[in-house]
Amino acid sequence: MALKGNLRDFTITQLLNLINLARKTGTLIVEGPNERVLVSFRDGKLAYAQAGQEDNGLVAVLYRARRLSANQSKALKERAGNMSDKELGLLLVNANYITQQDIINSLQMYFVGIVNRLFTWVEGMFRFENELLPPDDKITVRVGLENIIIEGSRRLREWEQLQDEIPNLDMSLKFAERPGANIRNFNLSVEEWRVVSYINPKNTIRQIARATKMSDLEIRRIIYGLLQAGLVEIIRPEGPARPPVQQPSARPTVPQPSPEEQKSLINRLIMRIRSI
Amino acid sequence: MQTVKMVVTGPFNAGKTEFIRSVSEIDVVSTERKISSDTERIKETTTVAMDFGRITVDDDLVLYLFGTPGQRRFDFMWEILSEGMLGFVVMVDSTRPETFREARTILETFRAYAPTPYVVTANKQDREDAWELEDMRIALRLDPKLKLLPCVATNKESVKNVLLELLYSILAEMELKEKGK
Repeated sequence: MALKGNLRDFTITQLLNLINLARKTGTLIVEGPNERVLVSFRDGKLAYAQAGQEDNGLVAVLYRARRLSANQSKALKERAGNMSDKELGLLLVNANYITQQDIINSLQMYFVGIVNRLFTWVEGMFRFENELLPPDDKITVRVGLENIIIEGSRRLREWEQLQDEIPNLDMSLKFAERPGANIRNFNLSVEEWRVVSYINPKNTIRQIARATKMSDLEIRRIIYGLLQAGLVEIIRPEGPARPPVQQPSARPTVPQPSPEEQKSLINRLIMRIRSI
Repeated sequence: MQTVKMVVTGPFNAGKTEFIRSVSEIDVVSTERKISSDTERIKETTTVAMDFGRITVDDDLVLYLFGTPGQRRFDFMWEILSEGMLGFVVMVDSTRPETFREARTILETFRAYAPTPYVVTANKQDREDAWELEDMRIALRLDPKLKLLPCVATNKESVKNVLLELLYSILAEMELKEKGK
């Protein structure tokens, strides 16, 4: 039977929790507005992941994990030809090029990274396919989901905090008018400088993110830092205030009839309903 | 004549009206209105005050089944309906995970109104896109001991089974209280 729905209603954290507790085997397919992610599980543990058309071959993963240099990666790709990841992995281990643990750690880091990306997705459809398993020629891992869920929840909290501070990316920024403050005196990272260079009331945060090739989370983090340092200010559009959140009210409980009377009554009800 | 009541509650479009209709000996007294909100227009009408069904047990006893309105803007009716109930059924649409959180909130609200026994039923289990019971239990954060029953609200036997399970739970709780004394 189906396990499918919308991320707006059922979050990644809830899904992973469900997969973990039910010890599910199969593949979770999440289709976001811009990307399709497949995450495979075996007995409730993370086994494999694929994000869109991203190269998740062993060489690419080892290169991203800095276990291979750009030249090594290029040479291996040329020589490996049609070799599967499993064959290539064995070859690299036997040639003492890399250890088995390096391969496992790199794949784990890459797969967990893909899952972590999902935590900030608020839009998208998901479905869980019990029959769909990773391709046979791919190397799978076995990572418990508990720590991923905890880390994901942390990211989610950070994301929510950032969203409160920067509710949407269609707002613009301007430099704060603080007498004596000179941006050159601040120690900013390369990424922060790249963002700062685009700050102008005419550019929205979304446009800056696009220009600097940053994800929503990355741009929000940097802008949040700049806001906290008092370097920039958000130009907020005017709008109606949020309505207060309503809590369900709890009222006193109702007194019950005596247990003896109820027991006889319940038995009569049971007899009657059986006879319908 | 003694009357007792049980309440059938749950999110919008969970199948409460159908559930009562399947076992009531009278045509269900329904307070349905055409749906005005586009976002909730997945069916033509919805219950705005309550549904009301009846099962006559004998000359001295009648069971009333009350269905609560599913839309939150009519939740002022919930407490009125919950007064004096023997127990309640929380209906959940197995094909709409977006309503699970709402179902959980409704369950907790009714638990606060009256600590009576209750069961949760996973309706529309005959549909291809229905979630599995154990997945629903985890998603709804239900205690493993709590009865989560499969149901097809249009099927009389299925509805009878849910009502009987609720009655068994009520009886079991009474016996437990007796032993405790």
